[in-house]
Amino acid sequence: MTTPESTAAEGTARESATHETSRVLPLPANPALGAVVAGGVLAAASSAMSWTWTADFPGDLTYYGSPAGLQWLALAGGVLTALLALAWRGLRGLRWLNPSGSANGVLFAALGTLAVCWYAVVAIAVELDGLVNLDPGGWLAAVGSLLAVLGALGLPLDRRRAVRHAELHWGLYAALVLSVVLRVGLDQGWALHAVPPGIRPIFTENLWFFVALPAVIAALRLWRLLDGWLRIGRIERPLPAARTLPAWAEILVVTAVFAVGLGMVEFGVSTEYGELFIGFLLLTAFGTAALLASGAVGRLRELTARHRAVTTGAAFAAAGAFPFTQSSETYVLIGTNILIFATVALGLNVVVGLAGLLDLGYVAFLGVGAYAAALVSGSRFSVFRDLHLPFPVAVLIGALAALVFGVVIGAPTLRLRGDYLAIVTLGFGEIFRIAMNNLDGKSGPSLTNGPNGIAAIPDVSLFGFDFGEAHDFGALHLGKNGNYLLLMLVATAVVVTVFARVANSRIGRAWVAIREDETAAEAMGINGFRVKLIAFALGATLAGLAGAVQAHVSGAISPDQYLFSGPTPPNSAFLLAAVILGGMGTISGPLVGAALLFLIPAKLEFLQQYQLLAFGTALVLLMRFRPEGLIASRRQRLEFHEAQLPAQAAPIDDVPTKTGA
Amino acid sequence: MSAVTTDTAPAAPAPAPTAAPVLEASGVVMRFGGLTAVNDVDLTVRQGEIVGLIGPNGAGKTTFFNCLTGLYVPTEGTVRYRGQVLPPKPHLVTRAGIARTFQNIRLFANMTALENVLVGRHTRTKEGLFSAILRGPGYRRAEAESRERARELLEFCGLGAKADHLARNLPYGEQRKLEIARALASEPGLLLLDEPTAGMNPQETRAAEELVFAIRDLGIAVLVIEHDMKFIFNLCDRTAVLVQGRKIVEGDRETVQNDERVVTAYLGAPLEGTTAAQEDGQ
Ligand SMILES: Nc1ncnc2c1ncn2[C@@H]1O[C@H](COP(=O)(O)OP(=O)(O)OP(=O)(O)O)[C@@H](O)[C@H]1O
Ligand SMILES: [Mg+2]
Repeated sequence: MTTPESTAAEGTARESATHETSRVLPLPANPALGAVVAGGVLAAASSAMSWTWTADFPGDLTYYGSPAGLQWLALAGGVLTALLALAWRGLRGLRWLNPSGSANGVLFAALGTLAVCWYAVVAIAVELDGLVNLDPGGWLAAVGSLLAVLGALGLPLDRRRAVRHAELHWGLYAALVLSVVLRVGLDQGWALHAVPPGIRPIFTENLWFFVALPAVIAALRLWRLLDGWLRIGRIERPLPAARTLPAWAEILVVTAVFAVGLGMVEFGVSTEYGELFIGFLLLTAFGTAALLASGAVGRLRELTARHRAVTTGAAFAAAGAFPFTQSSETYVLIGTNILIFATVALGLNVVVGLAGLLDLGYVAFLGVGAYAAALVSGSRFSVFRDLHLPFPVAVLIGALAALVFGVVIGAPTLRLRGDYLAIVTLGFGEIFRIAMNNLDGKSGPSLTNGPNGIAAIPDVSLFGFDFGEAHDFGALHLGKNGNYLLLMLVATAVVVTVFARVANSRIGRAWVAIREDETAAEAMGINGFRVKLIAFALGATLAGLAGAVQAHVSGAISPDQYLFSGPTPPNSAFLLAAVILGGMGTISGPLVGAALLFLIPAKLEFLQQYQLLAFGTALVLLMRFRPEGLIASRRQRLEFHEAQLPAQAAPIDDVPTKTGA
Repeated sequence: MSAVTTDTAPAAPAPAPTAAPVLEASGVVMRFGGLTAVNDVDLTVRQGEIVGLIGPNGAGKTTFFNCLTGLYVPTEGTVRYRGQVLPPKPHLVTRAGIARTFQNIRLFANMTALENVLVGRHTRTKEGLFSAILRGPGYRRAEAESRERARELLEFCGLGAKADHLARNLPYGEQRKLEIARALASEPGLLLLDEPTAGMNPQETRAAEELVFAIRDLGIAVLVIEHDMKFIFNLCDRTAVLVQGRKIVEGDRETVQNDERVVTAYLGAPLEGTTAAQEDGQ
């Protein structure tokens, strides 16, 4: 620790009228930092100890000397916290980890560790009935992570000067009390007398509501108290110029980051029990926040911007390496499904993110492509069972069929302004599903085999490579699902390329212009109807292409795979959520959003009927803390960046006219 | 375009009245239900001219612009651009060669200044979806050329340093200039400016004057709405006055300033190169 603290943090902070750098807990500087480092190290060290005496808790945390399950997360969180703290202090060789000089990253990392450790400890205590089940390791993890957070609160953090929360409406407190009373009353029976007999079941069958409502209100209140106390904010700090590395070293860094990313995704995909996945999510969320605040992400962004091709290559290489690193075919299948979902989401991003058209029936185009391809695939359930076209031709037919439907739906609707498109596409989505159900030869013409769908789609065989068989390349083993993952990856690459090239072209700019201000765009010579139709048709085509591949990958399709909303992706609602959560108008946004939206419900299955509730809560939280989506577009980043410029009077319609000259 | 010398002399040689007309509006009427916002207006703008359009608030100036640019379809009357009747669609009007700015700035707020200007070039470029996906040499050349032209235009309007700033983050005066740059990108023969100096300080207004002269010197005819009389009389070869949808006078500075009806329309306040109209307009 060579640099005095003043240059490490407070010296570079840009204080402003709204933000300051100050401590939450009035601790002396060095002990605070020491506490963080010690806490991080303790939490990390606890991973090598036994957390509980019995192997009943999933993951078996009973061993000394070898971390397992949640302990790995505690190790990662503890190490990250300690390293960030030392980097913040300016320790030579670590400064790249905290270039912004903000201590907030340290706090976030510590909070992530705390969340993981306490989640584990509480889960052990709850599931095994009682704190007696904790071994010293568990206690150490809890104490260590708490120590780190307390220490971090004593560091000079970037904070808002004031937090203005509107008071909660008194009615909410009344509702809170009322719900609790009702819950008790319903349990004991006396509250039922106040309810007319006809509607009693509404109350007795929805008891959970009288728990959930007070919980939400209390959580809201608690959050506001906490936020008012911590006042954590964000001061935009310009990153100091990076030490120039030779190009190969920078490329090596990018590659290493993607390798770590691959490792993390793999960890997330192959989590075998819900507790581990929740811990994984907690640590990933806080860890990402920490690295954002510390400026490490910003640094990485500079690097990837300089090596665009390498970055893209590394990302695809990481995805392509995934099946080789997996021993279980199930997880490879999950990977394939994520890719399908992500590819379709990216196609939707053309329509929603770039052109600003709300398409609520997007899966229908996926379905059109899938059905068209399945019909000519040679499946014995297809009405054209003797027709077995080569895979590339089938894909082309799928894409073309979707294109035709896209134009047919879009041409009449896109002439109208406003929300007609949303209504029509919503209707089209439903009509498609119902039509596929009815074209079974009984309710309508025989085409789609009705609700049973088209199964037994033959495996793809390209250039003598049979995708249905496992292959060995030297020491590398690639199973059937792995083959299809790679096939799907090619489709993803096609969609990514199309998106990247079109977004930054004459037509892509026209889409964004239409989205921003249709009247002005028309006045600039853009034929709004035409370019919107192109966007809509391109989106449909990309979905059709993905659908055709999907039909072959999954081997069987049926109408109920193409819903507006349902518990499993891809459905139209999930697709929209993936685009919006991930970040509209970006490439990596929908990919990341889709991966999360696929994994979260799949991994939360143990929550059973509360799965969608938890999922919804997660979405609300995400929108609260990162409304621009996980990955902000270049434009949004620019917006954020430039927000630091002196404020300018917003142009107001007509009013300044009379003040001129 | 890159080496533009600004001739700011108000006494620039007025074009001969015989110069070819760029814009000919005849008998334009625009009714909204019972309200006749524009009533039988004739207006001609010739090659190389700067023509002013003034009038109290609500006189129908902006509505008249909207009729010219296809945003509204006039109830009656015709609009000709270089002898051709204009199609009543904004994008076709722009393609034909009329570009405009808006009174209430309508930039693409979340695009950069450069991208805004590039959008303005839409009609003068052809690259479609497939060439964008294939990225052949022709596409690259056209895209590079477009960017080059857009940068020149930003430079021309004094926004050279702001190319990569988001439009929404530019100061007010620069937003107005960016609107002009964006309109110029469509390579118009006639530029319609709706209150280009609204909200500007005197220095900015002065710079805007020079910009309009420079645009005229590029061979682009200009029709400008403004409440700032000093600006209008410095700039315009001719000025038309709209009151309650009717054109009551048209002519040079003296004709307009000395006209009884104009004076009455502005509630009798003096017009001598002041901002009187703005106070009276309210
Ligand atoms: N779309 C519309 N529907 C109904 N009335 C309209 C419409 N557009 C304009 N008007 C009316 O037409 C009249 C002329 O408005 P216009 O905006 O053209 O005035 P202006 O001369 O541009 O005034 P200002 O100097 O304030 O910009 C106003 O009374 C306005 O309310
Ligand atoms: Mg107006």
